[in-house]
Amino acid sequence: MNNTHIQVKNLNAYYGKQHALKDINIEIPKNQITVIMGPSGCGKTTLLKTFNRFFELNENVNLTGEVLVDGENIYDPNVDVTEVRKVVGLLAQRPTPLPMSIYDNIAYGMRIHQMKKDRIEYKKSVRHYLEIAGLWEEVQKRMHDPATSLSIGQQQRLCLARGLAVEPEIILGDEPTSALDPISSQNIESRLIELKKDYTIVIVTHTLRQAKRLADHVIYMYLGEVAEAGPAHEVFTNPKHERTKQYLEGLF
Amino acid sequence: MSEFNLNNPLKTEGRLSRPSTPSRARTDRAAQRTFFIITLVPVALIIIVAAALVVRAYPILNSYSLSDLLLGETWRPNNGEFGFRPFILGTLWVTTVGVLLSVPPCLLVSIYLAEYAHNRTRTFAKPILDVLAAIPPVVYGVWGLLSIVPFVDDVLAPLSERWLDSVSIFAVTQPTGFGILAGGIVLAVMIAPLIISVIFEVLSTVPNDLRHASLAVGATKWQTIRTVVLPQVLPGIVAAIVLGASRALGETIAVLMVVGNVPNIPTSVFDSAYPLPALIANNYGEMMSIPLYDAALLGAALVLLVVILIFNILSTLVLQRFLRRS
Amino acid sequence: MKFQKKHFERRHIVELIIKTIMRLALFIVAGALGLILWTIISRGLPSLSWEMVSQVPKGGYYMGKDGGILNAIIGSAYLASGGTILAMLLSVPIALYLKAYLGKSRWGEYVRLSLDVLWGIPSIVYGAFGFALMILLGMRASLLAGIIVLALVELPIMTRAMDEVIRRMPADLEHAALALGSTKFEVALNIITRQMLPGIITAILLAFGRGIGDAASVLFTAGYTDRIPTSLMNPTASLPLAVFFQLGSPYPEVRERGYAAALILTIAVLFVSFGSRWLASRLNRYTIK
Repeated sequence: MNNTHIQVKNLNAYYGKQHALKDINIEIPKNQITVIMGPSGCGKTTLLKTFNRFFELNENVNLTGEVLVDGENIYDPNVDVTEVRKVVGLLAQRPTPLPMSIYDNIAYGMRIHQMKKDRIEYKKSVRHYLEIAGLWEEVQKRMHDPATSLSIGQQQRLCLARGLAVEPEIILGDEPTSALDPISSQNIESRLIELKKDYTIVIVTHTLRQAKRLADHVIYMYLGEVAEAGPAHEVFTNPKHERTKQYLEGLF
Repeated sequence: MSEFNLNNPLKTEGRLSRPSTPSRARTDRAAQRTFFIITLVPVALIIIVAAALVVRAYPILNSYSLSDLLLGETWRPNNGEFGFRPFILGTLWVTTVGVLLSVPPCLLVSIYLAEYAHNRTRTFAKPILDVLAAIPPVVYGVWGLLSIVPFVDDVLAPLSERWLDSVSIFAVTQPTGFGILAGGIVLAVMIAPLIISVIFEVLSTVPNDLRHASLAVGATKWQTIRTVVLPQVLPGIVAAIVLGASRALGETIAVLMVVGNVPNIPTSVFDSAYPLPALIANNYGEMMSIPLYDAALLGAALVLLVVILIFNILSTLVLQRFLRRS
Repeated sequence: MKFQKKHFERRHIVELIIKTIMRLALFIVAGALGLILWTIISRGLPSLSWEMVSQVPKGGYYMGKDGGILNAIIGSAYLASGGTILAMLLSVPIALYLKAYLGKSRWGEYVRLSLDVLWGIPSIVYGAFGFALMILLGMRASLLAGIIVLALVELPIMTRAMDEVIRRMPADLEHAALALGSTKFEVALNIITRQMLPGIITAILLAFGRGIGDAASVLFTAGYTDRIPTSLMNPTASLPLAVFFQLGSPYPEVRERGYAAALILTIAVLFVSFGSRWLASRLNRYTIK
């Protein structure tokens, strides 16, 4: 169990009266790519957003249960939510560069948390994270151009670098390639595979193929419940539950 | 003939018994033409109003130079002296005080409503703003008379005498509470609903994705607002302020009742003043009895119109661009 | 405990301070409204009497003797009704046309800009314009002149409010009707008006409320009289001016009655404002959410 990075205990989530997540009990293993999949509306994005406490940004929501990161419940009243979000990063579906230069985008998170001492350190870090995201070569000559001048694939890599810059331990991805063209998608996917050495990655996807490409661990959800969870090769070749089997066969 | 006998006894027979199509199209075209002419009315009105004022103000523009009128300090229509400077300055002082007092709280309220408040608070705030906006100006004037003028006289003036004596713009120069400060306070409340609702709308055009992008790296709400949201909407906020100022410039009755109506050149916020709208409103009775008086007062209305038009057009263009983006 | 709250971190303190200041500002704005209403009610109520709303000023009214402000109440009712109806005749077609035909066209943008500009013109300027018009046409201060100027003041308010509501109508509704073969005019007449009826009525009543309360426009144009007008060419009193003139009196009883008149005016406007909301929610039964 020391291999568990996130542990969810008896999690129930409500949008008003609508019961979106029902009695979720799962574990997310460290340094692996966990894929949460399932048909539309099954609650996979909702579950993902409970991991970085984005769920509560909606109006009129309610949540019971615990989400433990390294044994600490992130929903404890004594917890600073901005610290949680520093440790648990999110790569959104649509690339959203901040309205500033490329440099400032990456430096943004570091400045917020005052993570570096001087300009030299900031510059080095910005370069470092752009390299990890695979964007450095393409932007090194135009660091102070507005981030919106990048192509959409580049923007998503920018968002990845921006998220990595605050030194998270966990990276969440909410269908991170669904807005991208195939080549950029592939790019992001290969980054994520490399990154799992140092980070725990949890991705929501609605494409079965992507799930099969990336997953080390799979969580299959159906109508707000976890129907099945386990190592990827087990779930894909030998699904235990009927619904999972049907989903994998493309029935819905 | 098709092999499917779609014999529908209710089917309308043939085309000749349905003559409605061409006449419907004709009605549509006629309506379109009439409606189009009606939409010319707003544009035409602006031109007509401006033109009428220019025509009536022409005599005085012809008799005196613009600098005599705008910079002249004496106002004695009986003697043919029409110096508008005290009134222009009076308007500027009252409007400036009103805007300065109003904008900071309104900005805070809008940000709070747009970024922090629950839906409950917003539904609670909306009627408050609607009522504030609906209260007639003369009622604001009564409130000003009953609450604000005594407040200035009994509370603010003594405080200023005690602590701000050396600062000239806060010098207490006359014994009544009537004056620029009272007018400014009343104006500040009057323009608040406008400024709040415009800034709120502008803030609402910022997509939530942007806020989420900042929150996702662990920024606090205020950090997000300060570094991501506000810079995006800065032109809109300026436009809102300009709109508020233009509303304050034209407010007549409420200000008239509390500002003192003494045509001196203001040097302190406790001075009495005589803004342009008040000048027009107070003297329309004598307009026709003194030569050039009517031209002068309608000229004052023209000046107001021109300034307000400029403010309005500029800020509306900026806001339209913002709101179109959303 | 890596997620423990760091209470003394600067940015969290700043956040707390800002939130407090914001709540304070909201409280001030709400408090201002409370203060205004309380002042008007507490100073106006003592002098409020049945005579005030049922009688016209008798001789000596302005020196403290008998009578009431029925002349002003009815005068304002006439003025605002006339002005609102006149404005409606232009407002409804313009608003419908903007939605049905103009949509996102260039001309539509110009019309909207003009309406916004007209909205920003203060009523004193409209009043001055009305006065200039009166001189030109040889008209004297009268109910008719007041109605025309009020219509000018109300037109942009009404049209803008209508336009804002009508713009929000889902395009699907229009497209469904057009797909069935309706002409644009038919869509405008049948679909838009029915769906938007609550919004249209709210806009009309909003402008009406403004028409009751506006002083600067009727100051020059409607005149003032102690009688109830019997023809369009008579001058007429109005509530805002009744308040204004009584407040300027040297007699304290008259001033007190002015406060009561202000209360009456406020009640009237609030009644229209909340009444329109209620009416709109009743009519919303027929609309599609």
